[in-house]
Amino acid sequence: MANASFSASRLPGFSTIATIVFVMLYAPIVTLVVYSFNAGKTVTAWEGFSWRWYQQAWTNDIVQDAALRSLTVATCAMLIATTVATLAALGTTRTGPFAGKTLISVMINQPLLVPDIVTAISLLIFVAALKVATGYQGLAYLIVAHAAFCIPFAYLPIKARLESMDLSLENAAADLYASPMQTFRRVTLPLLAPAIIAGGMLAFVISLDDVVITSFVKSGGQDTLPTYMLGQLRRGTEPDVNAISTVLLCLTVLLLSLFFVLTRKRD
Amino acid sequence: MAIGKDRTRRNWLLSAPALILLTLAAAGPLLIMVVYSFLSPGQYGNVQWIFSLEGWRSILFTEDIFEPGKYTLADAHLTILMRSLKLSLLTTLITALVGFPTAWFIATKPPKTRVLWLFLITIPFWTNLLIRTFAINEVIRNEGLLNSFLLWAGLITEPLRIIYTDTAVFIGMAYVYLPFMVLPIFAAIDRFDMRLLEAGFDLYASRLQVLRRVILPIVKPGIIAGSILVFTPSIGAYVIPRILGGGKNLMVGNLIDLQFGQGRNWPLGAALGMTLLVIVMIALAVYTRVTNRENDRG
Repeated sequence: MANASFSASRLPGFSTIATIVFVMLYAPIVTLVVYSFNAGKTVTAWEGFSWRWYQQAWTNDIVQDAALRSLTVATCAMLIATTVATLAALGTTRTGPFAGKTLISVMINQPLLVPDIVTAISLLIFVAALKVATGYQGLAYLIVAHAAFCIPFAYLPIKARLESMDLSLENAAADLYASPMQTFRRVTLPLLAPAIIAGGMLAFVISLDDVVITSFVKSGGQDTLPTYMLGQLRRGTEPDVNAISTVLLCLTVLLLSLFFVLTRKRD
Repeated sequence: MAIGKDRTRRNWLLSAPALILLTLAAAGPLLIMVVYSFLSPGQYGNVQWIFSLEGWRSILFTEDIFEPGKYTLADAHLTILMRSLKLSLLTTLITALVGFPTAWFIATKPPKTRVLWLFLITIPFWTNLLIRTFAINEVIRNEGLLNSFLLWAGLITEPLRIIYTDTAVFIGMAYVYLPFMVLPIFAAIDRFDMRLLEAGFDLYASRLQVLRRVILPIVKPGIIAGSILVFTPSIGAYVIPRILGGGKNLMVGNLIDLQFGQGRNWPLGAALGMTLLVIVMIALAVYTRVTNRENDRG
């Protein structure tokens, strides 16, 4: 079909710019990954392959602690956000217009519209008052804050999936005398499952990545991996940060590949 | 009518858990922040419950230490606000200029490889912002990769001082937010029927005419959407200027942070936060108006 000699869609110079863009996009990341295996301390001189920085990060109590906290917060936030987002998606799609539909949609998307730093200080103000009032300093503040800003990310893929599903299967189940609950459990939920998992993974990644809101909400000694890394950088780069970054990067790529596979299936 | 009411109740009940959570940890705190912007600062941070417009006034004006009641323009704040606007607009512009060719490149690939290219753009999109800022930091700092290379190649004799300048913040933001521009432009091009291009050429249009009359109108909604996606996080940037600007080249986000740290002026911080939010809302309103007009025309 495509004629090799003349391609209407070819624009002169565009491929060159795109190639440069891809190289510039990946060169810094690749450098970071490669130098996380450097035996030496700098990025300028390669002193041989070594797991040294990974070992240093792995055996560092503070890093272990922060990693565990990151995973705890991200897992809890993911579970909460995905559950409430699934319910909200069921309430706002495949339904005719109803009073307050726009309001609900604005509320759900709000975390996408408000800059991180603004959410962060508003939460700092609120949480500071709560900490004084209740005396509670625990992890719940972080979990609730993370769950809230993860909601739109969990909501979008679930909503998209629901919109592409028509009601015929559910109607068929109802015709066969399935109760609404049976229909939901046996028909709707299995069809929706890939999207719920996909939404959950996005929520997990978003929670794991957050640094701004976490820095403002956390109590003393509640570092997550990103806030630990930000603190380290202030004291000059330590290559173990590169090692932690590489591990987080691999995790993101892994989850993202899974996400692509899950959302692709429907085509 | 009764069905409509039932439906409304069912949908609200289903949405309720999400709405409660969002009210508790997003909308509610924002409202509290509005209240705090109208209070007086406490001595050691926090606020005193006395109504005051001082927080809002001190965004732009400083009271003279020696002559109470005399106000002068707060140059430091103005510089920071102007820098934030300038750098965000520049970031939006440069990402649009290189994002369009990149998106076009991806969209015109055969379907099989297109997925791969798209995936390559999506990875940075979802990669931790902190990690990507670290990565670019390693490249542009004084003993970084760029300088080492240029010195080694003999192109410069002294390292380029990029880090801790506005340029560094600009490079960082363009690097970090570029995927936000490419993806919506790609989405716009992807819907486009490439045969229209051939039709244009068949009717003896030149490449430039095809670009202006056929391609640009198609790409425009993508560029507008991308601009919003880039401008919004840029104007609110906090981590990037903190790492690459090195405490001197602050943006609004860092100025807000200061008020809750050393500055100990929570009302000013809250008022600055509101200002930032208003700027973002204006950008969104412009976006909505422009897209609505486009839709009306189409």
